[in-house]
Order: sequence, then structure tokens, then C-alpha cells
Amino acid sequence: MRYQNATAYRFLAPYLLIFSIFWLWPIINSFLISFQATRTVPWRFAPTFNWGRLIGDPAFFNALKNTLLILVIQVPVMITLAIVMAVLLNSPLLKARGLFRFAFFAPVVVGEVAYSAVFRLMFNLDYGIINKLLNSVGLPRIDWFSNVTPAMAVIMIAVTWRWAGYNAIILLAGLQSIPQDVYEAATLDRVSKLKQFFYITLPLLKPIIVFCAVLSIIGTMQLFTEPFLITERGGPGGGTETLGLLLYRQGFRSLNFGYASAIAYTMAGLAIAISLVQLWLTREPK
Amino acid sequence: MSSRSASSRSSSSRSSSRLGRSIALHLFLTPLALIWLFPLWMMVIFSTMPDRGIFSPSIELLPHGSFLDNVNNLQRDTNFIGAIGISVSVAVTYTFLSVLLTSMAGWALARYQFFGKGVVVAIILGTITLPYAVVLIPQFIMVARDFKLANTWVALIVPPLFNSLGVLFMRQSFSMMPGDLFDAARVEGVKEWRIFLFVALPLARPMLAALAIILFLASWNNYLWPLLINSKPGAMTAPVALGTLIGLTKVSWGGIMAGAVMLTVPMLVVFVLLQRHFVAGIAAGAIK
Repeated sequence: MRYQNATAYRFLAPYLLIFSIFWLWPIINSFLISFQATRTVPWRFAPTFNWGRLIGDPAFFNALKNTLLILVIQVPVMITLAIVMAVLLNSPLLKARGLFRFAFFAPVVVGEVAYSAVFRLMFNLDYGIINKLLNSVGLPRIDWFSNVTPAMAVIMIAVTWRWAGYNAIILLAGLQSIPQDVYEAATLDRVSKLKQFFYITLPLLKPIIVFCAVLSIIGTMQLFTEPFLITERGGPGGGTETLGLLLYRQGFRSLNFGYASAIAYTMAGLAIAISLVQLWLTREPK
Repeated sequence: MSSRSASSRSSSSRSSSRLGRSIALHLFLTPLALIWLFPLWMMVIFSTMPDRGIFSPSIELLPHGSFLDNVNNLQRDTNFIGAIGISVSVAVTYTFLSVLLTSMAGWALARYQFFGKGVVVAIILGTITLPYAVVLIPQFIMVARDFKLANTWVALIVPPLFNSLGVLFMRQSFSMMPGDLFDAARVEGVKEWRIFLFVALPLARPMLAALAIILFLASWNNYLWPLLINSKPGAMTAPVALGTLIGLTKVSWGGIMAGAVMLTVPMLVVFVLLQRHFVAGIAAGAIK
């Protein structure tokens, strides 16, 4: 193929222009801002001002701890659930497939604000349907939002509800790309369905599972709306404050752009580390 | 004889095990599906209940008749209908522009050899896993302070125009098309942009539909950026306007739920009608 630089860049120009202005420059600028003291006018270069504060800030470590805790519990639970959903939706034995697909995939179209409002109402202490149902089967009601552990549980339940189907869609497409004759051969050799799942499906699906896990980790790492709206600005007492929420508070409530940028780059560092782990996990065997 | 009866026995036991597995499958999946539908069902129920009903000790699982009252309550708390108008206009404009931009970029990557192609692809792949938080603050400073565009449509539409998964999806779609088709047009002397507009785009219609649905939904549900940049009443999108009510003490929760229903149900209808495109658009991100 011959080189067609002018034509190609004419098609790419608007896209690259938007990228340069709204992504490339901000990525660089964010890094620069993190080395500036931004609460004085004019901003001044102070390399250790924000980063020094970061490593000694209990609020940062609280948000980091909460974010990692949600990551470590919510992502594996959700990915496992998504794999189960995808495999079962793919079963040739399933009837009313459309209804089941609707049930699991519908949350994909629900906005963060709408579902946050519903979950907040469902888990209300006195009038929430969850506590009413617990009471009706003789269990004590739970004060979901006044204690850290149940508040974290609500966040994790909400995020899992919203995103499990999304991952199931991706995994289901992956399942359908596995050639059927592999399974037919295994069935002829009397390999049980369970063994087929562990020795054929999971290994072939691994790159897609890792992709889903990485996207979910990076999404959950930036979690903002759920602790902002469901648990009321990271409540109780910062117990559900995440890095995303801390960044919002520092950047847009306290207008401390330098410190918020340092928090943002910490998140980017974590994301890069996770992407490297992904590359390592899905590397081609030598 | 004996071998035939043995084989028929084994096939009948296989079909009874199929039945057993089918029953187990449905016994497991049905409750899970009901749990998954429950929050959506409750959203609809709450939106039809008066506030007195929502905050009462009884368990209500069936719809009531107060939806329109709730819409009125919502409109009293915030100008939600106006915000819906902004959200629809922004989402439509954004979808059109973004489909055009991403398919142009995808076309260039799929069909031309050019200097720096590797760099462009690396940029696109690199930004997929980059947290949005990294660009958020400078983007806000630039749009609000330097360009003075806060509380405008431009602020809502233009910065999110950069998206990487869409470009990868369109590159994939265009590179699967037979090249002879475009070469034939070139031999006839048709210009490249006309080939793109009048040959390639019409062929890519199903993929463009999938892309458009995903982009429309992303814009419709976008929350963090519109919350920051268009915070003035009268410039807010519908999710932002609804979000301002959550957590207020004197507010109609029936109204909030009516708002949630107005945001969600149209998308559910679109989802049901165009499920195939939806699923294709989401799955395309991962499957190459």
C-alpha cells in the first residue's frame, strides 16, 4: 500500500484536534499543575507542596483504602456473576432467552443518577423496601447508611447490579466466538459439562475476562456518583469516600486544583500498573 | 438386539439428564432475573405513588395512580422538563458529530497507509485505560476559565467528542469491507471524501446504528462532566437537575422517582427495540 499522508490526516484532523486540545494538553497540564501551589494567586511552582501533603494526608489514605476495598470485593464478585450469566444465557437449553437477556442487560441503559436515587430509597432505614422485606421474614432491619460496613455493602451491591450485565454482554460475545466443534469433540469423549467449562471455556475466555476485569477495575477506581448520591457525599463520616469523591471535593469544592491533580495522577499510576498486569496476564506464551 | 436396547436406554437417560439440567438452569436463573429486575420495577412503582405512600410502613409492590402528580411535584422542585429539552438536544447533536468524527478517523486508520499511524493507534489504545480523572481538572479550567464556555451547549458537546472505543469499532468495520469496491470507484476518478461519504458510510449502516446508540446513551446519562461545567439552573442536563434534589430534606421523592422513570424508560424502550445493535456496540469494545 502506498503512503497517503495528506488524505489520511484530512480524515483524522477533527478527531486529533479534539484529542490534542481536550486530552493531550490536559494530561500534560494535570501533571504540571500537581507540582504547583494553586491556592495562591498567581500559582507558583512548589514541587513538594501537593505530593508532600498527599503522603501525609489521612483523608487520602482513607479514600485509597475505601477504593481498594471496594475493588478487591466488588470486581471479583461482579466478574464471577457476569461469567455465570453469560454461560447460562448461552445455554441451548434456555427458554424465554429474550426475557432473561432483558433482565440482566437492562441496567446497562440506566443512568447513574436514576439508579442511585432508587437504591437510596430502597435501602432507606424506616421506609425502604429492603428493610420492610427483612422485617416481614422476621429478620431485624439494618441501618444501612449510618454504619460503614452496610453503607459499603450498598455501594457494592449497586455497582454490581449496574455493571454485571454489561460485562456479561462482552463475555457472551466472547463465548459465541468459541468454535462449537471443540465442545462437540469433548462431548463425544464424554467430558462432563463442568469439566468443559473449566478446561475449554475459561482458558479460551481468559483474555476477555482479563479485559473486563481491567475495565471494571479502572471504572470502580474512579467511583464517584454512587458515594456522592447514595451514601450522601461519602458518608457516614467519610466511611465510603472514594478517590473520585476526594478529587471532586478537593478540586471543585475547595478549588484546590494542584492537590486534586496529584490525586488524579495517583489514580493514573494505579491504572497504568493494572494495565501492565493485564498485558502480562494475556501475553502470548513463548 | 441387546446393543440397540442399550443405546436406546443411554439416549433416554441422556434426554432425562437434559431435562434435569434444563430445570436446574431455569430454577437458578429465574430468581436471579427477578432480583435483577426488582430495582427497575420499584423505580416504576415509586414513581406512581404519592409521597405519603412511599413513606408509609406498608409494602407496596403494585403501581398506583399518582405518576402525573409526581411529575408536577418534580417540576415544582426543579425545571425538569427544560432540563430534558437540553439533554435531548445535546445528546442528538453530540451523537451526530461524534459518529461523523469517529467514523472519519476509523476510515483513515482502516484504509490508508500513512506516516505516524502507529502513534495514532497507540494514542487510541492508551487512552482506553487512562482514568478520565487525569484530564478532568485541566479540562474544566480550560473550558470554564480560559474559553469562558461554562453553562453552554458547546461545553457539554465538544470535550466528550474524543472517544477511543468508537474509533476502534469503526476501523474494524471499514477494514472488513472488500477493498475492490473502493478501488473501482477510484479508477472512475471519484474523490476520496466522496468514496467515504457515498460508498463506505452506507455500507457501514448497521455499525453506525450500533455506534450511534451507544454514543447517545453515553451523552444522555453523562453525569460528572455536566455536573461540573453546567451547574447553573437553566443550563443543567436532566441527570444533573435530578441529582440536585437527592439529599434535600423538603423534596418530593415521588417526583424524583418520576424523573428517574422519564430518564430510564425511553432508553429501555430503545434497548428492547434495538437490542441487537446495542449488544453489538458494547461487545465490539472487546472482541476483535
